[in-house]
Amino acid sequence: MAPLEIAGRTFASRLIVGTGKYPSPEIMLEAIRASGADMVTVAVRRVDIENPDRDDILRTLSPDEFSLLPNTAACYSAEEAIRAARLGRAAGMSDWVKLEVIGDADTLLPHTEDLIEATRVLVAEGFVVLPYTNDDLITALRLEEAGAAAVMPLASPIGSGLGLLNPLNIRIIKSRLSVPVIVDAGVGTASDACATMEQGVDGILMNTAIAAAEDPVEMAGAMRLAVEAGRRAYLAGRMPRREWAVPSSPLEGVSPPA
Amino acid sequence: METMQIQVNGRERDVPAGTSVATLLRDLGLDGRMLVVELNRRIVRPPEIESVQLEAGDRVELVHFVGGG
Repeated sequence: MAPLEIAGRTFASRLIVGTGKYPSPEIMLEAIRASGADMVTVAVRRVDIENPDRDDILRTLSPDEFSLLPNTAACYSAEEAIRAARLGRAAGMSDWVKLEVIGDADTLLPHTEDLIEATRVLVAEGFVVLPYTNDDLITALRLEEAGAAAVMPLASPIGSGLGLLNPLNIRIIKSRLSVPVIVDAGVGTASDACATMEQGVDGILMNTAIAAAEDPVEMAGAMRLAVEAGRRAYLAGRMPRREWAVPSSPLEGVSPPA
Repeated sequence: METMQIQVNGRERDVPAGTSVATLLRDLGLDGRMLVVELNRRIVRPPEIESVQLEAGDRVELVHFVGGG
């Protein structure tokens, strides 16, 4: 199976995982290792001056073991997201950014206009931009045109666990883009991940489905298998759907009752 | 000792006049940590940390990586 390639870099795993909301740093590390992911997302936040070790993800995750992908979560305008991306670059010494510009606090759906604008600005500054977007072809095309290294449409709203709500839109986006399509957000369990990969997308980014599972490490292992199974099923090419039954066993040579 | 007031991560703080960014980090016990310093919305690169002097009213943001999706 060919590896995932984004902006000339190859990844052994087609699964990218987040690092938020885990019960403990130890469980997070074990779960990420079980997921097989090479790239993990992180957020940029203020240091707690009284307790600087608190929440410091680098105490748990080594940049030598995982590629860190800083996000711009909680940004509501192009300007805020561009600033967050620059801070992430300064913190991580990497030009990669998962670009989020949120348009609404209740749904966390993207502000697509500012997303496209921020993509254009950051690409011009040399960033490798991976924008989180909705499952809309036109926005996806405009992000690609703006220079996005991959486009990351949602399966369903962030943290909802509702799974892939519109497989058709995801297939349409995949069929029309040249850059990789990574489905980001909404996966709830392993079958969602498998079904998503069966649409032919290049990878999946998830956080809550693993972190909020009763046993995150076990779910991480399940997601690893599901992503691989979905990819292999896609490459294998599924059988055609039929409205009526077609027997699997030959009709000839049936031994009649006495 | 003459002091001046600055803002660090949104909170007022009195520091000696003429304090550099590096001295502020040492006083906060944060020197040598992986963090990013932003001074009045401009990122202070590591080579500049020793030389950049703070002034009264400056807004300093100290950020690092935390868990996120």
